[in-house]
Amino acid sequence: MILGVELAYWQVTILKIVLGMTAVLLPAGTLVYAYLFKAVSFMQSRLGPMEAGPYGSMQLLAEVGKFLQKEDIVPTKADRLLFKLAPYVVLVSTFLLVLVVPFSVDDTFLNLDTGIYFAMAVSSVSVIGILMAGWASANKYSLMGGIRAAGQLIAYELPMILAIVGVVIQAGTLNMNGIVSAQWHGEIFGWGGIGNPYILTQFVGFFIFLIAVQAELTQTPFDMPIAESELVAGYLTEYSGLRFLLFFIGEFATMGIFSLIASVLFLGGWTIPWFFDFDSNAYNVIGPLVMMGKMMIVAFLVVWARFSFPRFREDQLQRLAWKFLIPISLINIAATAVLKVVF
Amino acid sequence: MTITDRQQLAYIAGQAADARLNLELETEGMVLNIGPQHPATHGTLRVIVRLDGEQVVAAEPVMGYMHRGYEKLTEVRTYPQVTTLINRIDWLGSFANEVPFILAAEKLMEVEAPPRAQWIRTILFELSRIANITLFLGDMAAQLGALTPVFYAFRDREYILNQIEAVTGGRFHPNFDRIGGLKDDLPKGWGEETKGALRKLSEFCDIMENLVLGNEIFAARTRGIGVIPADVAQAYGLSGANLRASGVDFDLRRDNPVGLVYDKVDWKVWTHPDGDSFARYWVRLQETREAIAIVEKLLDGIPAGPVMAKVPRIIKVPAGEAWVETENPLGAMGYYIVSKGDLTPFRVKIRSASFNNVAVAPWVLRGVYVPDVITILASLYFILGDIDR
Repeated sequence: MILGVELAYWQVTILKIVLGMTAVLLPAGTLVYAYLFKAVSFMQSRLGPMEAGPYGSMQLLAEVGKFLQKEDIVPTKADRLLFKLAPYVVLVSTFLLVLVVPFSVDDTFLNLDTGIYFAMAVSSVSVIGILMAGWASANKYSLMGGIRAAGQLIAYELPMILAIVGVVIQAGTLNMNGIVSAQWHGEIFGWGGIGNPYILTQFVGFFIFLIAVQAELTQTPFDMPIAESELVAGYLTEYSGLRFLLFFIGEFATMGIFSLIASVLFLGGWTIPWFFDFDSNAYNVIGPLVMMGKMMIVAFLVVWARFSFPRFREDQLQRLAWKFLIPISLINIAATAVLKVVF
Repeated sequence: MTITDRQQLAYIAGQAADARLNLELETEGMVLNIGPQHPATHGTLRVIVRLDGEQVVAAEPVMGYMHRGYEKLTEVRTYPQVTTLINRIDWLGSFANEVPFILAAEKLMEVEAPPRAQWIRTILFELSRIANITLFLGDMAAQLGALTPVFYAFRDREYILNQIEAVTGGRFHPNFDRIGGLKDDLPKGWGEETKGALRKLSEFCDIMENLVLGNEIFAARTRGIGVIPADVAQAYGLSGANLRASGVDFDLRRDNPVGLVYDKVDWKVWTHPDGDSFARYWVRLQETREAIAIVEKLLDGIPAGPVMAKVPRIIKVPAGEAWVETENPLGAMGYYIVSKGDLTPFRVKIRSASFNNVAVAPWVLRGVYVPDVITILASLYFILGDIDR
């Protein structure tokens, strides 16, 4: 039963597949055009794409068309199966990640009781794909990029999970919709006007989460695995055409989905205060739009940092994760737990 | 400790590291070929790096992929034609390449450019220094992964290139210097326009100081990385900002201002005691500011008069030998001209700064991590044309 219409199981399945593709590709496309092409261009005092369509709005189609036309090169010495499989493994992680993101009470692909736990688990799958790509390319730069990526992604899983634990303690549930509900029904010192978006109480967790997201996405202060000025393109060096495009989509779709998760955890999810009740059916329609808006805000922070900072060195990056972020997030958890009992 | 000792110790350490790797862990080092086609070498420098994990055991720069044979080509060109050619040595600060050659030829011919020509020469020399180092200030950040500063650098360098173009007619390759003076006088109102451009560049320097130099990650990546002590720097023949960043107070503009008017204005030579990548960036930033100040002061005092001395229409340089060295954007650049009294030089030896600056790479790259290889090479700031000639 979706929006009051009775559908057969296969119809629901097809609908979910289409919407799932949309939920992955639409944020990716929006972020690439609005931020990677345009916002960054304005930051760098240039115009960005202007020729394809009005203000270059069709540039994305042109880029995809270009990548589809390119030759699909597999290096002679490469491990062909792994090399060809790697981008799909990365993309699988992205598609699994979007499953648990709620766009409203009813607009969910999977309403798991352990939603956020599932998300953290499947986000690690991409590491396997990246290691596969790095190893199978038969290229020293790719290998170094792949190994750096593995080390970095594992190091930053931990602060990310620990940052989320604070939210989970406060909400008392692992269910994504439950977390949204807890924020809506929460109160700030007895005043429930805007609920209690956890960015107010879990701001430490929010920043650690954003830093960890930046590292998980291998965006610039943490882009050691790609490092185009030293490793050429890291594990992407030998990829061309469609497979490179898949990696690219995977990167930006994951950016979008992590931003969606951040807005669920910290910014109140698909709710907006004052206008509708939590149970209102209107959220089934405007919930996805609200989520898109919040995603754009969070993703802008990611892109902003990406084009402002130089990159860390590998050892500095590990030191930041293990010596600063993890202790701070542990302290955050302890403080949250104590305050939860007090209030 | 002398250099030979250091080198020997480095060699022994490298051998020992290899042996230890093979025995204890049953692994072997990896040879990584950085370049000739690599985004960080901005051109075709090749560095062969032997790695232990991510740590460099030994590094060897391989030069010559862009060798264009300028020393030989000058022998079949008349003296005025040579300037067209040697413009392309350090292509980011072209005018500065012409000056030492012309000065050496003037020395042989025993002519001296009129004062006005000397002042304008010095101004253009400093403008090409600003244009050159501006790009370094952005590019160094790009090598560290910050993409934005390099766009600012390209944008603001254009103001200086416009001013150079207004005088000489060429943005990159002015070919403006002549034996005995300059091709033309300055256009009307050029001085005021240039001051406006210099104000823009001054703002650019402030932006770079905040955006790059003040960044904690930049400091973490460059402070204490690639330290070149003063004695090593001198032993390898480093020059320019690389030498001054090691704390050696040596600047040919002040110490030996042949044919240029640096002694007419007050300015300061900047040095830094650290000798690391951060110091090299810092010194270059200060030098850009100092160059802006020099040009502003010079613009106020240009003497009147002709821009060309009396020289014959067909230039034959009398037999003899001359050596002139100037402080170019990349470091000391000199020409040794041997003339047999013909229309063409008999032999020209070009001393370009980048060749020596890169020669220190094996010494300084030992024991650093792979990411630091890039920052150190970027901070040494070489131009491939200037290495290979």
